[in-house]
Amino acid sequence: MSATREAPAAPRDRVDERVARVGWWRRLLVRPELGSLIGAIVVLVFFAVLSERFRAPGGVANWLDPASTLGIMAVAVALLMIGGHFDLSAGVMTGTTALTVGIATSEWGWNIWAAIVLSLAVALLIGLFNGWLVTRTGLPSFIITLGSFLMLQGLNLGLTKAFTGTVIVGGIASAPGYDSAQKVFASSVEIGGTGFRITILWWVLATLLGTWVLLRTRFGNWVFATGGDDVAARNVGVPARRTTITLFMTTAGAAWFVGTTLAVRLTSVQANTGAGQELIYIVAAVIGGCLLTGGFGSAIGASLGALVFGMTQQGIVYLRWNADWFYFFLGAMLLLAVLTNRLVRRYAEAARR
Amino acid sequence: MTAAGTSAEAAPLLELRGIGKDYGSVIALDGISTTVRAGEVTCVLGDNGAGKSTLIKVLAGVHQPSRGELLLDGRPVTFAAPREALDAGIATVYQDLAMIPLMAIWRNFFLGSEPTTGWGPFRRFDSATAKDVTRRELAAMGIDIRDPDQPVGTLSGGERQSVAIARAVHFGARVLILDEPTSALGVKQAAVVLRYIAQARDRGLGVVFITHNPHHAHPVGDRFLLLNRGRSLGDFRKDEVTREELTTMMAGGDELTELAEELERPAAG
Repeated sequence: MSATREAPAAPRDRVDERVARVGWWRRLLVRPELGSLIGAIVVLVFFAVLSERFRAPGGVANWLDPASTLGIMAVAVALLMIGGHFDLSAGVMTGTTALTVGIATSEWGWNIWAAIVLSLAVALLIGLFNGWLVTRTGLPSFIITLGSFLMLQGLNLGLTKAFTGTVIVGGIASAPGYDSAQKVFASSVEIGGTGFRITILWWVLATLLGTWVLLRTRFGNWVFATGGDDVAARNVGVPARRTTITLFMTTAGAAWFVGTTLAVRLTSVQANTGAGQELIYIVAAVIGGCLLTGGFGSAIGASLGALVFGMTQQGIVYLRWNADWFYFFLGAMLLLAVLTNRLVRRYAEAARR
Repeated sequence: MTAAGTSAEAAPLLELRGIGKDYGSVIALDGISTTVRAGEVTCVLGDNGAGKSTLIKVLAGVHQPSRGELLLDGRPVTFAAPREALDAGIATVYQDLAMIPLMAIWRNFFLGSEPTTGWGPFRRFDSATAKDVTRRELAAMGIDIRDPDQPVGTLSGGERQSVAIARAVHFGARVLILDEPTSALGVKQAAVVLRYIAQARDRGLGVVFITHNPHHAHPVGDRFLLLNRGRSLGDFRKDEVTREELTTMMAGGDELTELAEELERPAAG
């Protein structure tokens, strides 16, 4: 405890007794991702000890895969939550974008890249709509995006039926340009004889990008400020509205990426794809240390939350437990994470006074 | 009431001449005149509802005065928006401070005016400079913070006021308007803030110190503007008024004496 880095500051005797209390360990404790890091290690050790398949390279590739697509979404959702908002339409938006790719290729015969660009435009428009409505009306984003969630769910079903006559869009693999799209969104990379999904790479990049933006850019500072107190932020000249709209569009962009991955990988898309996933994204972000009230959180934490999710999901399968227990586990993990984060933050902040 | 143009001193930083403000048919402020000089503290004293907040809003550019003139360096000015007042060097530290409790001190210090380094997509928040400047500016004000990384929420009320003042000074304020900076503070914390007000004054800023506490105003003030129900009760230099007189005038003169008599115990026997 007495080992602090601040010692070589000015020789002011008055300072010492106070600085001594802010050791490196306390700095670690106030990091938002600490809870999720501990959680991830515990879950990893637990399943790795009990299951040989879990710790084998093939098993690792298997649980990293669901973690990766979830993680990309969780990073964007975490940024949005730090900015003080929710997006309940994020899950169903992955379905909307995947269906757009599917319909444009199989029904209209488009090149898949053109379909992907169209799908991006659709996603960004939805994000803009969400963000604009939230900043314009000042209503809770929970309600606004609940509305767009339900609307999108209806559109996904209705339009899919209108175009295809069924609730499934298939035949994406036969679209022109599919091979190159498959390389970008759905290929595997061989490492030591085991195929790892390329989405794992995109996930890592998304996490690094999210962290860099949050901690190292002006925009990141505005995200924290807008989520912490948007009136105060506006008073000192932070473009809070623009920040919020950008965050909603970022979430929509992530949904586009994940939706496109689904469409390209599965080559057929169900009309109900993505519904219900929005809560999983929020769970991952909260396990990662994001406050529901905004202004605090981390992109790395959200990624670790997604990792916990992926490991638990596959670990339960490997242990041949009934998969019904998965949600129980997830819920328990969420509560534990929230309680730990709360305790840790209180302790760390109170002791600093 | 003292006339506006006092004597042959240098032109005041900021001068108010017969400022008035109406909200519809309500006269919130009328005939307010005072001066703010560089290196001096002008205290605006008044009870609740005296028009202090309206006066701040006029000076900060939130509202435009309905009557009267505002002179900056002797030239008449109008502010259409808070940003214009800020650009002219008039910074306002509001009671709620415009700080984000969960964010680090250095992040708050530069919020909305972050220094950047690098170019194109690699343009980033220059955190090293920001931390360095924060520490230096706070030290220059004599504010001793433990660690610029700690969240503002862990600072005491007085320390937060001090950081807000240091921020205004750093971003080029010439006139600093402080909205009741001591009202929510205990005796010790208030003393700390008063010391920073004196610091800002000594650095050559013109300070407008709004308060309802004559005990805080008198030691640090050079000039006192008393408001009551939107009108000026007088604009005094320090040598023209004592603390007791300030207190009495603020309480509406005889009202306090009456109250004292009313509260006194009936003389026993």
